[in-house]
Amino acid sequence: MPTVPLHRIAQARSGDKGEGSNAGVLARSEKAYAFLAETLTEERVQEFFKGINQGGVTRYLAPNMRVLNFLLEDSLGGGGSASLKTDAQGKTHGIGLLRMELDVPDEVLNATPAPPA
Amino acid sequence: MKNKVLIGNGQGFWGDSILGPIRLLREGPLDYLTLDYLAEVTMSIMQKLRQRDPKAGYATDFVTLIDRVLPELLEKKVRVVANAGGVNPHACKDALLEVCRRHGAKGVRIAVVDGDDILPNLDDLIGGGEEFTNMDTGAPLADVRSRVTSANAYLGAFPIAEALNAGAQIVVTGRGTDPGLVLGPLIHEFNWGQEDWHKLAAGTVAGHIVECGAQCTGGNFTDWQSIPNLSMVGYPVLEVEPSGDFCVTKHEGTGGLVSVETVTHQLAYEMGDPARYLTPDVIADFTSFRLNQEGENRVRVSDTQGLPATETYKVSMSYSDGWKSVGQLTISGPDALAKARLCAKIVWDRLAYDGCEYEPQERLEEYVGAGECHAGLPGGTSEDPPEVVLRLGVKGPDKAKVMRFGPELVPLVTSGPPGVTGFAGGRPKAQEIIGYWPALMNKQLIQPNVTLVTS
Repeated sequence: MPTVPLHRIAQARSGDKGEGSNAGVLARSEKAYAFLAETLTEERVQEFFKGINQGGVTRYLAPNMRVLNFLLEDSLGGGGSASLKTDAQGKTHGIGLLRMELDVPDEVLNATPAPPA
Repeated sequence: MKNKVLIGNGQGFWGDSILGPIRLLREGPLDYLTLDYLAEVTMSIMQKLRQRDPKAGYATDFVTLIDRVLPELLEKKVRVVANAGGVNPHACKDALLEVCRRHGAKGVRIAVVDGDDILPNLDDLIGGGEEFTNMDTGAPLADVRSRVTSANAYLGAFPIAEALNAGAQIVVTGRGTDPGLVLGPLIHEFNWGQEDWHKLAAGTVAGHIVECGAQCTGGNFTDWQSIPNLSMVGYPVLEVEPSGDFCVTKHEGTGGLVSVETVTHQLAYEMGDPARYLTPDVIADFTSFRLNQEGENRVRVSDTQGLPATETYKVSMSYSDGWKSVGQLTISGPDALAKARLCAKIVWDRLAYDGCEYEPQERLEEYVGAGECHAGLPGGTSEDPPEVVLRLGVKGPDKAKVMRFGPELVPLVTSGPPGVTGFAGGRPKAQEIIGYWPALMNKQLIQPNVTLVTS
């Protein structure tokens, strides 16, 4: 099974949500959505963001949009204007998540258009 | 009744480009122009401005915009809905009347929607049993009550519709929900009722899609290489039908892209539980609708479902939460990262010598260029960047201690390792931290007001 970055089969958008952020993952095909709903779990995202997020992770699904929405509870260094961080609003957390390396079956890759080079 | 209403949103936040609304008016047909100026901390900043000057406390950018476009607005009969009123919507209205006077424009009807500001009667509301427990943390308001600087309920869309029913061409509101700026005109045009849950939900989804301006027309998009002409990006235009089904598009010939993917990006922005998007008007179900590309730069959104609204308003309070100071220096290579780490150590050592030590949670060290945004993520960091921006910051309740930090940054240029520069801007100053306190309150305790005046 080829190892590819999540970016190969998904897009993302993120922003602030109280003292945390949300990272919405948009699957690039129906097959990619089904695969991610199975493999991209709360635990996996929690582990991935442990250098940034001090709190828990909750996942919601919106199959009509092929979206997996992850709430990172405490990822902004205090949130709002209390944060000293450069990315105090979590604007870069979505594309950060797309750096995750995943083992993706050929069947999913073949059914999913690749991003522009 | 019209069979289609055209609504363009030209402003995603206070600070967004003035070209958004100017080009929406100039480059294609429009019935309504909506403008979103308020972020959560904006209300507190405006409250402070008002304390210094009773005529301040609203989004002055809006008055600048109307001054530029008033003749075109009147000629094309476009109606405007903006939450530019901030904490002083009547002062905003007075400034607009002055603009009309200067232009010699008589008979322009301007409405103010307010009643959202609960700061003056906050203690009465608490005395009456409202608790204002922090929705995120569960903490009681008593923890910060003495430091609260603004308190506003997010009003819904029906008062905006009432203002339009009364004939207003320009509606200025205080705090309300962002999607309400779009939903208000739809309620007015299509005579939707308080129990038309599915239609209200559709209008809410439409408002959410456009509320951040160009973020649904190709801005901040993952596959940025595929977006044509972002320089001249078109701001979004909604074509809404009486059923609530609508199409997201932009004016012909503008830059950017409207695709199922660009629209879905914005739908996923600031999302919580997608099945329960709460507003005072309705609970919109973002898992219910269908998205279809019905043409070039045209995305259709249909079959949105909604549920009855809750009994509460969301309230946004802000409070004074101490002080912060942040500054930066640029450190060139070779050994940029190692030298930057030494610079940080020098600053903390010198401050400690002078009696200022900061707890780990009260200070920040960032090495911008070596991987801060994606710290700890694969490919997100570099051990040997050619240069680094060192960002240092401190915060805390003691203003003097926070202020002491700033002057120890610039001396690194002559008393640190070689290659330290980029100190333009001088000593970092102390800024007040504005805390954000989200809460809920009983809807029955607030009466929105609509006032209409004519220039």
